[in-house]
Amino acid sequence: MAANPTPRVRVPAKATKGEMIEVKTLISHEMESGQRKDSAGKTIPRKIINKFTAAFNGKTVFEADWFAAISANPYQAFFFKAQESGEFTFTWKDDDGSEYTAKAKLAVA
Amino acid sequence: MPSMLRDGSRRDVLAAGGLAALAALLAPRMALADEKAVEAEIKKLYGEKKLESGRIKLDVPQIAENGLVVPINVEIESTMTADDYVKAVHVFADGNPQPGIVSYRFTPECGKAAAATRMRLAQTQNIVCVAEMSDGKLYSTKSEVKVTIGGCGG
Amino acid sequence: MISRRQFLQATAAASVIASASGLGPLGRAAAQQRLSQADISRFDALGRLTILHITDVHAQLMPVYFREPSVNLGVGEANGKPPHLTDKEFRAHFNVAAGSADAYALTSDDFVSLAKNYGRMGGMDRIATLVKAVRAERGDDNVLLLDGGDTWQGSWTSLKTNGQDMVDVQTALKIDAMSSHWEFTLGHERVKEIAEKAPFAFLAQNVRSLEWQEPVFEARKIFERGGAKVSVIGQALPRTAVANPRWMFPDWEFGIREDDIQKQVDESRAAGADVVVLLSHNGFDVDRKLASRVKGIDVILTAHTHDAMPGVLKVGETILIASGSHGKFLSRLDLDIRDKRVAGYRYKLMPVFSDAIAADADMKTLVEKIRAPFAADLSRELARTDSLLYRRGNFNGTFDDLICDAMRSERDAEISLSPGFRWGGTLVPGDAITFEALANATAMTYPNCYRTEMTGEQLHAVLEDVADNIFHPDPYFQGGGDMVRVGGMGYSMDVSKPVNQRISGMTELKTGKPIEAARKYVVAGWASVNQNTEGPPIWDVVEKYLARVKTVRLEPNTSVIVTGA
Repeated sequence: MAANPTPRVRVPAKATKGEMIEVKTLISHEMESGQRKDSAGKTIPRKIINKFTAAFNGKTVFEADWFAAISANPYQAFFFKAQESGEFTFTWKDDDGSEYTAKAKLAVA
Repeated sequence: MPSMLRDGSRRDVLAAGGLAALAALLAPRMALADEKAVEAEIKKLYGEKKLESGRIKLDVPQIAENGLVVPINVEIESTMTADDYVKAVHVFADGNPQPGIVSYRFTPECGKAAAATRMRLAQTQNIVCVAEMSDGKLYSTKSEVKVTIGGCGG
Repeated sequence: MISRRQFLQATAAASVIASASGLGPLGRAAAQQRLSQADISRFDALGRLTILHITDVHAQLMPVYFREPSVNLGVGEANGKPPHLTDKEFRAHFNVAAGSADAYALTSDDFVSLAKNYGRMGGMDRIATLVKAVRAERGDDNVLLLDGGDTWQGSWTSLKTNGQDMVDVQTALKIDAMSSHWEFTLGHERVKEIAEKAPFAFLAQNVRSLEWQEPVFEARKIFERGGAKVSVIGQALPRTAVANPRWMFPDWEFGIREDDIQKQVDESRAAGADVVVLLSHNGFDVDRKLASRVKGIDVILTAHTHDAMPGVLKVGETILIASGSHGKFLSRLDLDIRDKRVAGYRYKLMPVFSDAIAADADMKTLVEKIRAPFAADLSRELARTDSLLYRRGNFNGTFDDLICDAMRSERDAEISLSPGFRWGGTLVPGDAITFEALANATAMTYPNCYRTEMTGEQLHAVLEDVADNIFHPDPYFQGGGDMVRVGGMGYSMDVSKPVNQRISGMTELKTGKPIEAARKYVVAGWASVNQNTEGPPIWDVVEKYLARVKTVRLEPNTSVIVTGA
């Protein structure tokens, strides 16, 4: 597993006012469930991303709390109604306190 | 530990043609959540409030193609306006080590209360979805996903 | 249901033969005299549009014997309904005379004597003849030729050429579009490569890339034929990633995706389609259910379950067609399109009797060219058979009995497991078992014959899992195929019970002792969906066994006791 989780997002660059756009995100992360045992029989401690947040122009528009059953390299898609131009900020919060972010601009005409 | 909950790395595959997924089918020996655990989770969130049916479209495969990555799409019927929108959606599973899958919080800015992610399922089980509307009403639905050994298709 | 009138059209040609034929051997010459190409292709044309459908050819370039099942149970709503009818019940339902050419083509009893009368069926050169005849009659611009998939797998030449032999044949036949299932066992790169290069459309609305959940293939294509806009929506087998090795196409996901089909139908209509056709590889029962739930499909061309029906089945306004397998049949459906809707239809399941139909010269040359490099292997005689060797049947097939015997013997196993595949030709008593015949029952890209240990509990879990895949009362939970074949062990099955309650009485046949849950048994099997499965290819195992036994003689298989049907 990559040591540094890498986020990727797919957001249309442009939209018309009132258009419903689909936002798709991925982040590389093993999402260690805390259920597995290593070869010595010892439980591998849980280490997952437990929260995903999407904000637009600073305002939170969508949040997801992820539990241990979310697959490795978690995928999250949701919708957003384009009203004005601006920027998305996506934040992923890790069990270990780390935060990973990605940004995407949206031009609304 | 059911192998289906592990990442699909090479070492999990029994090279001599062993049926790796069998471990998952025989998994019920270990401690897994059940219907009651899901009910308890819902009670923790909403107490004894009534759950109505309808409005939720829970889109999960009938048969999981890979227990490690099972797509789950939810969509809740709503105008998604400031005074009438879907506040939260909670997804649970009644046959995994723990019942929680994902909780979403929507806002009217979403325009549409729909979200998609992917989950790990240890065995054949029910996925339960509860939606909380801005007026406090609760809706719920469930759907079974079958996890199979596979093979033998013609 | 099929009305008598539709059915009479469906079998117009064959019934001429049927009325005159008695039971038992007619003599080959007599049969041939009665069967003519004109009878087979005779059709009272309707409207301007003709749709031709072939499916589940399983790479059979040459004519073969193919015995239809004697056991083909339907569960839930499909119980006792076509295509879940066999032999006498099938003939009664479809008005087919015992001993007739239709009976030979569509049912299993009296197969050996009828096979001698009526000969082999199929052959791509014969199909080419029929296709050309229809195109000549109707005009190229009025005919759409659709292939339901399972085309690139099932023979030695397709395995050795990575399906190129069949792609060349499809190209020469000028098919317009195809659907898919076993195609994917050539691996994702190869499938992509062919789909991108081929002159025909590879349509699959239900395949998504796992990573971003985006479509991998073209979902539909609109053809202008017979003065109409025909939208063809492709549907790959929804269970491909469960039934076959997922590691061969790790980034692809399948599923039925009913809502997406509805979307495709609605978009087709919005784009001006007069007719909407689902070129499906769902399997018949899945399509029957789907037709009752998705609105606006005019025709579903079914596949996968290898059913052949000499008439259509209607669900609401949707026409379902079942065109058989292995090149035995070519379906012709004429549609009368008026005011952007289907005002009338006429259907015929054309049986491809290879002795009655002339070979198309161009296709014959192409097939010979494809086969020439492999001639020595194909014709190699491995043994002879005194028994009828066939595949189809929900629980057993004699060809599988042979494979199971070979695995136990050559891999020194107590129990053997052979998948319930529905593909592979039939050999009649007295036939040579050539390497080609063996390859027709085994040629695939994950042929390794493993040897492993399994507990009685694990064996039980396998049988229950497969049984639920076939006998789940809701077809959307089924995967197609037949029950895994078991050598060295008997069991009882109550098909009416739910999962984990169907299988009981597992018994080791050699000792007559019950299978013990905790005991480990040495098990041999093949076609595992797991990556890195070790063992020799199954055809080597069977060839070695045949070299020893020289003549195959099989006792009737009574090891599976079925109730609840």
